[in-house]
Amino acid sequence: MTMNLNRRTMIAGSLALSAGLTLPRMAFAQGTGSKKLLFVLLRGAADGMAMAAPIGDPGFAALREASLGEYEGAARADGMFAIHPALESIGAAYASGNALFVHAAATAYRERSHFDGQNMLETGGASPYAARDGWLNRLVGMIAADGGAEAPRALAIAPTMPLALRGDAPASSYAPSALPQASDAFLERVGLLYEGDPQLGALWERALETQAMAGDSTMRNLRDARAAGELAASLMSGDSAAQIAMIELGGWDTHANQRGAFARAARQLDALLGAYRTGVGGNWNDTLIVVATEFGRTASFNGTGGTDHGTGGAAILMGGAVKGGRVLADWPGLATRQLHEGRDLRPTIALESVLAGALADHLRLDPARAMAQLFPGRSAVPTGGLIEV
Amino acid sequence: MSTDISAHIALNRFGYGIRPGDSPPDDARRYLLRQMERFEPTPAAIAAREDVSDKPGEVLQMLRRLRRERQRSGGETAMTGMSMEDGAIPTEVRQSYMNAGRFLRTDIGLRTNVAIASDTPFAERLVHFWSNHFSVSAQKPGTHYQVGAHEFHAIRPHVFGRFSDMLKAAVLHPAMLLYLDQFQSVGPGSRFMQSRRRRSQGADGGPQGLNENLAREIFELHTLGVDGGYSQVDVTEFAKALTGWTLSGIGRIERFAEEKPNGSAFVAPAHEPGSRQIMGQTYRDTGSDQALAVLDDLARHPSTARFIATKLARHFAGDEPPTSLVARLEEDFLTTGGDLASLTRTLVNAPESWVARPVKYRQPYEWLVASLRLTGVDELDFRRITGALDQLGQLPWRAPSPAGYDDLEGSWAGPDALFRRVELAERLARDVRSDAVLEHAERAFPGALSDHTRTWLARAESGQQALGLLLVSPEMMRR
Repeated sequence: MTMNLNRRTMIAGSLALSAGLTLPRMAFAQGTGSKKLLFVLLRGAADGMAMAAPIGDPGFAALREASLGEYEGAARADGMFAIHPALESIGAAYASGNALFVHAAATAYRERSHFDGQNMLETGGASPYAARDGWLNRLVGMIAADGGAEAPRALAIAPTMPLALRGDAPASSYAPSALPQASDAFLERVGLLYEGDPQLGALWERALETQAMAGDSTMRNLRDARAAGELAASLMSGDSAAQIAMIELGGWDTHANQRGAFARAARQLDALLGAYRTGVGGNWNDTLIVVATEFGRTASFNGTGGTDHGTGGAAILMGGAVKGGRVLADWPGLATRQLHEGRDLRPTIALESVLAGALADHLRLDPARAMAQLFPGRSAVPTGGLIEV
Repeated sequence: MSTDISAHIALNRFGYGIRPGDSPPDDARRYLLRQMERFEPTPAAIAAREDVSDKPGEVLQMLRRLRRERQRSGGETAMTGMSMEDGAIPTEVRQSYMNAGRFLRTDIGLRTNVAIASDTPFAERLVHFWSNHFSVSAQKPGTHYQVGAHEFHAIRPHVFGRFSDMLKAAVLHPAMLLYLDQFQSVGPGSRFMQSRRRRSQGADGGPQGLNENLAREIFELHTLGVDGGYSQVDVTEFAKALTGWTLSGIGRIERFAEEKPNGSAFVAPAHEPGSRQIMGQTYRDTGSDQALAVLDDLARHPSTARFIATKLARHFAGDEPPTSLVARLEEDFLTTGGDLASLTRTLVNAPESWVARPVKYRQPYEWLVASLRLTGVDELDFRRITGALDQLGQLPWRAPSPAGYDDLEGSWAGPDALFRRVELAERLARDVRSDAVLEHAERAFPGALSDHTRTWLARAESGQQALGLLLVSPEMMRR
């Protein structure tokens, strides 16, 4: 990649001169500039009870007898849970104290719409559509303000900008394209055409910066999860790297024949994180990966071997920065009377508390202020002790 | 230069832009309203499409057979982790997947070429709006043959008809029944389930049970909207009312199947017996008609009127549409009982639709179709169309969720997405006539071309460069 850092950099440079734009320098807040954050959003409501199956709860066999075989010989977590066999790299990280599961967790959302649930998870608002920007974008703004420096580079590894990263703080998006490269002459003219257009001018500036960062990646699409993990790691390594990145994985809405569909999606997630872990190399100890989904699924299988929209779910924290090797859960139990509305895993941990606590400790921010700015309107207390300090 | 930009708005905000040789309309409103009469629901190219209504069943059968064989041969992981790269997949199945993928790409090319050549581009925009409202995504086996048919047969004929008819056709079309798992939902107290319980556990592929996916999404996405006043109990009850609706051609149920429009079927023994209580109404057990009666009531519910009015206004008048426009559309929908021709007339006649400044950022699909029309391409090979749309991030019938593609600027106005349009624009401009680009630009955006854009088009190094710049100009990016 370094070999190619060059052509796009030069275009960006020459445009900066001709169009009077300034390229941001990399200047991170003291002491946190080396810290990396990768946010992985699992769209479609990933089933936490498949991810880390509570096989130690007698209720589990009653609800999901058909699924018990899957977990024979699976790695155990905290005695009570079995890690889905497809999550090999995550299981290995767990065993070496670099990953933890948060279970029976949920945002403040209690209904069952994917779209509203994702909106709350991405905006951090107290109700769907209450906030227009994303909490990850506000986090970028907080780091910049605290360090008195320019904002850290933030990047969505996607062709379009996910809501979590939309907002006032600068953020870019990038995905490898199979389109023919445009000529430098054309790119330069486009820059001139967009001069004076606040929206297109700003988008264009960021597009050029990111093209420069990515060099001429040979990866052709994001469907290969392993390649996506490698790409994420490469975009977050080196001098002009992104400090904060986000990537999305779909395929978790398992209404029917869940076993196969979940295993496929889980293998994708695991390949992505495994490749990312290898790719970041020596930066692993400064790395925090947060994996979250909009809500959980029904506790028992439905009539078509799947699960419907539920409430309590699971999240994963992974990385050398994590005090892992444990499951963070206030386990609510699986007897019918213990279930939320008689059908869903009852949420007992606020996902916002976990996110605010982990991010604040990792990025050296004040936890209470992180909670207030990232998840306004919540009374929850940030969870401490998740990160190695 | 006239400062009246109503022709520009009619062409670009409501339509898919101008084609070479077309003249901007003199009377913008009339130009749009006349398209309602001239619209062709079944153009020749669509009429000539191969009938493949039996294909989804074929694909499902094959997959089920494969699953059974794998289970029998001791593969505990039957189907888990099966992918088309898997060497163990029989050639017959692999070939069938490739055929299905090719068929889907042909359909995407077909709908796009119809839009590129259309002289009723406003009507085509409405087709695509409604198709996205009733979004189906080619994700499940068999849907590749059906998602195009869904738009061609369940959406197009009803664009200027009644909402209730479009609703029934769209949600009970085989594509939707496959996509949202309805085809395998069976009533817990149905005859199928009773006999299954008598005979202990049935083999794989036998009747299973209730799936509430379609019922929930009809409430949330197609009619009332998420806050439209329904509860979890309503979802379950509606799911029961829907049981029995499936598609024909699926194995052993075939002999019970009663044919329904567009290749759907009703299988009475899978239907949950009894009356259903949904949102305070009681629906007697009338078999397949039970679900239709629920849909008719949902179609005229005030929450539906508001939800549809808001979405339509957002599409044509901006991410935060004027509340007065939403109110006009809502009232029209309520008073006419969901007459979509009347709703369209109200949209065109509303002053809020004619705000002079651009109100929307064009979505990738809109941008590509408008670009191809502008460059005078009449018809493009389906492989190039799907390739370009894939790179732009908006393949039709490939939305990431049943909510369809998002209709907000923030979803589309990203740095990488913009860069891709620029890359594609230079490529598109290479193969077409590129003389007199400036005059062409004045015709494409009558009265709305900025001096800044005019200057940079005039200073371009070549006609090709000028045309490329026109395709990514601020005027082209927004409408």
